[in-house]
Amino acid sequence: MEDALTLTTLAESAAEMARSIDTIWVLVTAALVFFMQAGFALVEAGFTRSKNTVNILYKNLMDFSVGSIVFWILGFGLMFGSDIAGFIGSPNFFFKNGWEGGIPAEAFLIFQTVFAATAATIVSGAMAERTEFKSYLIFSLVISAVIYPVSGHWIWGGGWLSQLATPFHDFAGSTVVHMVGGVIALTGTLALGPRIGKYSGKKVNAIPGHNMVLGALGVFILWLGWFGFNPGSQLAASGAANSIAISHIFVTTNLAAAAGALAGVIVSWLKWGKPSLSLALNGALAGLVGITAGCAVVTATGALIIGLISGVVLVYSVTFFDNVLHIDDPVGAVSVHGVCGALGTIMVGLFSESTGLFYGHGTAQLLSQLIGVVAVAAWAGLTGFILFKILKATVGLRVPKRIEEEGLDIYEHGESAYN
Amino acid sequence: MKKIEAIIRKTKFDEVKEALHEAGIEFFSFWDVRGIGQTREGRVYRGVAYDTSTIERTILSIIVRDKNVEKTVLAIMTAARTGEIGDGKVFVSKIDESYRIRTGEFGDESLFIKGKEI
Repeated sequence: MEDALTLTTLAESAAEMARSIDTIWVLVTAALVFFMQAGFALVEAGFTRSKNTVNILYKNLMDFSVGSIVFWILGFGLMFGSDIAGFIGSPNFFFKNGWEGGIPAEAFLIFQTVFAATAATIVSGAMAERTEFKSYLIFSLVISAVIYPVSGHWIWGGGWLSQLATPFHDFAGSTVVHMVGGVIALTGTLALGPRIGKYSGKKVNAIPGHNMVLGALGVFILWLGWFGFNPGSQLAASGAANSIAISHIFVTTNLAAAAGALAGVIVSWLKWGKPSLSLALNGALAGLVGITAGCAVVTATGALIIGLISGVVLVYSVTFFDNVLHIDDPVGAVSVHGVCGALGTIMVGLFSESTGLFYGHGTAQLLSQLIGVVAVAAWAGLTGFILFKILKATVGLRVPKRIEEEGLDIYEHGESAYN
Repeated sequence: MKKIEAIIRKTKFDEVKEALHEAGIEFFSFWDVRGIGQTREGRVYRGVAYDTSTIERTILSIIVRDKNVEKTVLAIMTAARTGEIGDGKVFVSKIDESYRIRTGEFGDESLFIKGKEI
């Protein structure tokens, strides 16, 4: 204690303390978001058949590993590098130029890395049980390196959607992360076609998942991870404003998830006479995806309603894709992440306390939300379509019939999950 | 000598076992089987109705002396019955020969323990 305490040194140490608190907050929530990978792995493994379990776990491990590396090499720069024409960030290879902000550059990098990997991992569930492993590695790389960062730049990196007169609002990534993942998943399932035996003529056959315990545990883990995903996106915890904000986001996130699960139960119960567990689990995820965009700007009641709407829409969406369009999505990723991601983003324009239509602020925000959703869906859809077309024509997208029938575990990987 | 085979509900196994013990039948084999029948377990997975059409039951196989056939069948019929479709069936067939490996006893004698039963 040689230096005398002055107002200046006190202010400096308070600022340093605040920076440390913010950094710890971002790192802890990044770890929670990382854990969502475990949730996705369990949900996808549980909702598919035991002969493909090694394959699905493998894909979840690989998309995170591949994604982490390519996002560091290329993706981060395209997303957060200095803006080029509102469309793309300038490359920042190997994170050489760092990043400037309220927290250390690498804390921000790791937080954004786990988000990028979440977008990539969504795709594996929809395309489960029939996708060529080599192809999966390639498209997972392209998603994390290019597709996700570019649309992410539009919204979070200073691109054109954030420059609108009423900026597009997606707080934690209903559109940036989930809808992008969901739309790419949709183009992927379209390119692949349904699993063998899923549809015979007009008849829809059930292919029950092999382990609801894994599925349920996975959803609990995802729910936990979301307490990192949404409150962590505040990127700060120090001071009154931040601590009030992250506490509020915890509440809105939780209420929406609970309402989504409840909606899933009620709708499936009314529709089929029995409460379906797997749809209630999807309902919770739908609520979480739905609230992600608006978690910081809606009231607790608003969050509850967003969750309920997401859960109801989810059940009808799953049934619609399956029964009407015959699009085979074993885990419901297109409905959960694509449909409810878009829906949640649009609902910000209605339920936002500061800009929403229901609070008397007119349609400006709603319009921005619609523009953003349509633009990002078009980007993800188009790039996904091209990507899968190229893969189909080159390395091949789908495993041979015999391998699909016998299971990918033995024929693609030479090992089985249960021995 | 007769072989009595009974297909019963898995949930009724303990009751049937006790009824057989009360009737003096202490030796039998059993195993779990899967089959097809009229029982339907309608299921719904993610909004798609389907039928497993696989029915799980237990089979008992009991070799008894002729004089015990009636009370064995009766014990099973009473204990395994619920009145719903899917209660199962009982089959009785002839057994030509029977030997006890330890003693070399054959025929009826190989089916009961002397002194314990008459």
